[in-house]
Amino acid sequence: MIARVAADEQSPWNARFWAGFVVCGLVLGLAVPLLNRWVAPDSPFALPDYLVPLFGKYLCYAILALSLDLVWGYAGILSLGHGAFFALGGYCMGMYLMRQIGTRGVYGNPVLPDFMVFLNWMELPWFWWGFDHFAYAAAMIMLVPGAFAFVFGWLAFRSRVTGVYLSIITQAMTYALWLAFFRNDMGFGGNNGLTDYKDILGWDVHLPETRLGLYLATVVVLGVAYLLCRFITVSKLGRVLLALRDAESRVRFLGYSTTHAKLFVFTVSAVLAGIAGGLYVPQVGIINPSEFSPGNSIEIAIWVSVGGRGTLVGAAIGAVLVNLAKTWLTGAAPEVWLFFLGGIFVLTTLVFPRGIVGVFRQLNWPRPRAATALPVESPVAAEKRI
Amino acid sequence: MNAAHPTGDVLLYLNGVTVSFEGFKALNDLSLVVEEGELRTIIGPNGAGKTTMMDVVTGKTRPDTGEVFFRGTEDLTRLDEADIANLGIGRKFQRPTVFENLTVYENLELALADSRGTWRTLFARPTPERRERIRATLSRIGLSGESTKSAGLLSHGQKQWLEIGMLLIHDRRLLLLDEPVAGMTDRETEETAALILDLARDRTIVVVEHDMAFVRSLGAKVTVLHEGSVLAEGSVEHVQNHPRVIEVYLGR
Repeated sequence: MIARVAADEQSPWNARFWAGFVVCGLVLGLAVPLLNRWVAPDSPFALPDYLVPLFGKYLCYAILALSLDLVWGYAGILSLGHGAFFALGGYCMGMYLMRQIGTRGVYGNPVLPDFMVFLNWMELPWFWWGFDHFAYAAAMIMLVPGAFAFVFGWLAFRSRVTGVYLSIITQAMTYALWLAFFRNDMGFGGNNGLTDYKDILGWDVHLPETRLGLYLATVVVLGVAYLLCRFITVSKLGRVLLALRDAESRVRFLGYSTTHAKLFVFTVSAVLAGIAGGLYVPQVGIINPSEFSPGNSIEIAIWVSVGGRGTLVGAAIGAVLVNLAKTWLTGAAPEVWLFFLGGIFVLTTLVFPRGIVGVFRQLNWPRPRAATALPVESPVAAEKRI
Repeated sequence: MNAAHPTGDVLLYLNGVTVSFEGFKALNDLSLVVEEGELRTIIGPNGAGKTTMMDVVTGKTRPDTGEVFFRGTEDLTRLDEADIANLGIGRKFQRPTVFENLTVYENLELALADSRGTWRTLFARPTPERRERIRATLSRIGLSGESTKSAGLLSHGQKQWLEIGMLLIHDRRLLLLDEPVAGMTDRETEETAALILDLARDRTIVVVEHDMAFVRSLGAKVTVLHEGSVLAEGSVEHVQNHPRVIEVYLGR
């Protein structure tokens, strides 16, 4: 055989991949607990308790970035509303945490959260039923964003809304939810959102042990989410997605339903974003409508493009690095932050279109796979010439 | 000398098809019959409706009026692009549209006639038979040496062949080729004509073309379109001597 094909011999799940995966997992999973629990508090390497949830938050953002990369980097769907799926998952977790407060609230009502008592509500609205059970809440964290994305995607993809138009309606979606969740009579705490949590699964959310547990749970979920995204992107479906990113109607003429393929990844992606939101809320201690703000969703796209879109790993790295910079800059020089964010976005777009991961791959690291290549021409142009 | 062997069964049937775009009639009461096993060339000046006719057959454009049937029973006006493709109608576009960011091998893999559903593509595994078919097609279109190359790096002619290979591997019953030799060198044009004649032995092919030398080299039945309907039909000699055809097209 002259033409041995890369796909034949180089399995995407080879030993080298697993070694890298396990090493990254161990570093993330061991470094933070070791530095936090086993290093003497006065050592310069000690990680104070208050930083553990901060790292947990970064990893939640990494899961969120992964979910956006799946739809944007591979299927070419630039969703500027992924913050909405994240927030919906977060609200589901927030509702569970509110129900756990029980009689410890200011008004001591065993069933109604404080804000409902304050609004003179007499009974729990139907959509709050069941949220006192963790299993139910966990299911809703995935189901609510998933179902929302499914219906939204079905309407959008069936009508063949693509490109910039799709981006605009996803912004409109998150904006509409933002306005809706601000309203007190929606039943989600209005402007203040849901906060003052006491415990999760019987553990006090303020305890360092609980926070470390939540951090480790986030590491595990990030690993599983990464494997899932990789499974999808290296499958034949992944190649269908790459193909439709570049020439959608051509894929249709080959007999594939691009509507179904896009709907599938969009829904999976929204579920992942929802799970990220569900892990985020107990670690930051609050969920409020600002999570729906359109700017948040745009920021996610910036993380992904800084890290390198269409690479999965890059999305996660971008999310962590940009947020590290945000934490540092908003403390050191808050007025500079937005200029910095805009600046790195312009810089990566102009100078490093393949992001941080692209720069490393150009330094003659593993040969760039087809998946990492950006379209040679814009998808819009490809679409038009058909 | 016709390379194809029409069997007399109607494969594609268009009757009274009209398509208008903002008042302009791209197709005007077009009626056309293509028989099973036939090789047919369609010529006509720009704007005669050649590409619109292909759009109607492949489900990209819905006709305002008229009937379009495949194999006598399949009403193509009611199906979408993917369904029509799965019935066995393949289309090659005017400009080569291969997936530039996938390798040549992966392009053929996507075109291979097997699992098309989203769920099944997620769990599809390359079997030895599939690989063998891809390799056989690669050698038939002369791209065995390029299988791991990104399709975007191929020459123009190689892209055209890859696209024809993508139609081949899918086992289509009807191939619609839109200007398959546009932009090709003379040598590539000759090779493409030989490839099409070879392919026409076991499937039905409709070729839309401008290049009269190429049309002559195919030696097939010719349909002349003009202003959205059929002006003349017959052998190359017949249409070349048709007074109306000379007037609107060849004479100019």
